[in-house]
Amino acid sequence: MKYSNKRFIEDIADLIKSLLNFCEYEIIIERDEISLFIKKEDLISTLMFLRDNPSLSMESLIDITAIDYPGSEKRFLLVYNLLSVSKNFRIKVKTKTNEDNPVASVYEVYPCANWYEREVWDLFGIRFSGHPDLRRILTDYDFDGHPLRKDFPLTGFTQVRFDDELGRVINEPVKLDQEFRNFDNLSPWEGMSKYLPGDEKSNISNDKD
Amino acid sequence: MTKTENYTLNFGPQHPAAHGVLRLVLELDGEVVERADPHIGLLHRGTEKLIENKTYIQALPYFDRLDYVSPMCQEHAYSLAIEKLLNVQVPLRGQYIRVLFSEITRILNHILNITTFALDVGAMTPFLWLFEEREVLMEFYERVSGSRLHSAYFRPGGVHRDLPEGLENDIKSFCLRFPKHIDDLEKLIEENRIFKQRSVGIGKISTNDALSWGFTGPCLRATGLNWDLRKNQPYDCYENLEFKIPTGSSGDCYERFLVRIEEMRQSLLIIEQCLDQIPKGDCISRDPRIVPPKRVDMKNSMESLINHFKLFTEGFHVPEGETYFSVEAPKGEFGVLLLSDGSNKPYRCKIRAPGFSLLQATQFLSKGHMLSDLVAIIGSLDIVFGEIDR
Repeated sequence: MKYSNKRFIEDIADLIKSLLNFCEYEIIIERDEISLFIKKEDLISTLMFLRDNPSLSMESLIDITAIDYPGSEKRFLLVYNLLSVSKNFRIKVKTKTNEDNPVASVYEVYPCANWYEREVWDLFGIRFSGHPDLRRILTDYDFDGHPLRKDFPLTGFTQVRFDDELGRVINEPVKLDQEFRNFDNLSPWEGMSKYLPGDEKSNISNDKD
Repeated sequence: MTKTENYTLNFGPQHPAAHGVLRLVLELDGEVVERADPHIGLLHRGTEKLIENKTYIQALPYFDRLDYVSPMCQEHAYSLAIEKLLNVQVPLRGQYIRVLFSEITRILNHILNITTFALDVGAMTPFLWLFEEREVLMEFYERVSGSRLHSAYFRPGGVHRDLPEGLENDIKSFCLRFPKHIDDLEKLIEENRIFKQRSVGIGKISTNDALSWGFTGPCLRATGLNWDLRKNQPYDCYENLEFKIPTGSSGDCYERFLVRIEEMRQSLLIIEQCLDQIPKGDCISRDPRIVPPKRVDMKNSMESLINHFKLFTEGFHVPEGETYFSVEAPKGEFGVLLLSDGSNKPYRCKIRAPGFSLLQATQFLSKGHMLSDLVAIIGSLDIVFGEIDR
């Protein structure tokens, strides 16, 4: 089985190391999956290189997604999931960004990035410069906010209903009949420690008895 | 000279040929499609956000509700991703049951797609013939999991329950009976003049275009590329099984249909092999950290009761890390990018739905075709909105 062979994965990583020489990067292999960390300025040139280099030839962009780490300076980690059909391996290209500065659109390199980037914009609020048509895609037409950010509440801010008097659908602030319950089931208890309250006498020797 | 203007037409969201809630804004020159802009998201339920707020076990049933005609294949991807992070081994019997039901799911999905595609282009009969058999497959679902559609049967570590008595024989007799139904279907529409005129040469795509548009699954194989994750990146016990990957050559609607027909035959072969080879033993791992104890044990053992309670309230903790795991779902590559921060809830769970990239290519496939061909193209792409809108 070639695909998940450790040697094969390491060979691919070495191959990238020997070929990729025009930008700073870092390669991490975790659970036999290659992650290539780059700066976001090098995104397009790196993807072009990965696609066009005959010994890598990553023909297909499977997915683009983002991961939100609020609190850090560059809060979003963008993940481009690439697949090489002819060589049978995958690479995750990762780059960090924040909410203010746009990332270059890779629409020209992989046409399927069009919708993937629209989705990331819709759900995370990351802008893509050079994108032909950066509209919202999954949420409602006049939706406000970016739902997959960690600071967006699970219930959202607004709810829609059909108003009989106005005769149309209206947006109004969320009203919950019952408070949203988030049970904290995390156990603070990690087994017994040596000290047991009320068991002080255990250390007194039993000589007197 | 008279001036002509293009006509903008709204197609859907409630249209029988839109396969759900697809709204298409079409720009038509006469009856020729100049631009097709799909508006999606009408079925968006925020699955990924919900999963971030649930424990790993609680999040599993959401996967049934994505692509609701092939539920088990999606549970498969999610369970495999968790197993990879936890480094848990699935017993061989569990692997065989999973593969068995993945292939039943594939037939289930292809019956729906093929027959509704035929319905879209004017053939009503296949729909009536094959849905009876589809109901039989759903009964198999019901017998192992208790529900026809949203089964929640595959769990991290294996499958929820062992096969009930008599099911293997019933599946065997289904395998003997079903090829005749496929033959009937082929006889009826494969060489049918109307069917061929509606589908041959419509929505053609080359292998290179298909790859750059992110195509996977039968739509990619119809272009002639032999790429199937079950063979190329095998998971569970697919390595032990013998089957062929059907491919097409021209990548039009007709070949997508042919590929699916042949895939149903191959799935039947896999099911038969599974039934022959399936070993005795456990169907789920015995690791008490992730698998709940048996009901019988809970009646007699306090520790089992506590274990059960903790698993279904707190859930299990998954070690920190990230993985992307994909399976060959009936529609194409269904992947789960799972990021764990070491707690009992996923930090991020990205769902890669095959239909999302397929639908995206509608504009590319339909430009220059007639409006009625657009319906055939959408039908042949195999689109279900549960997974596209998530």
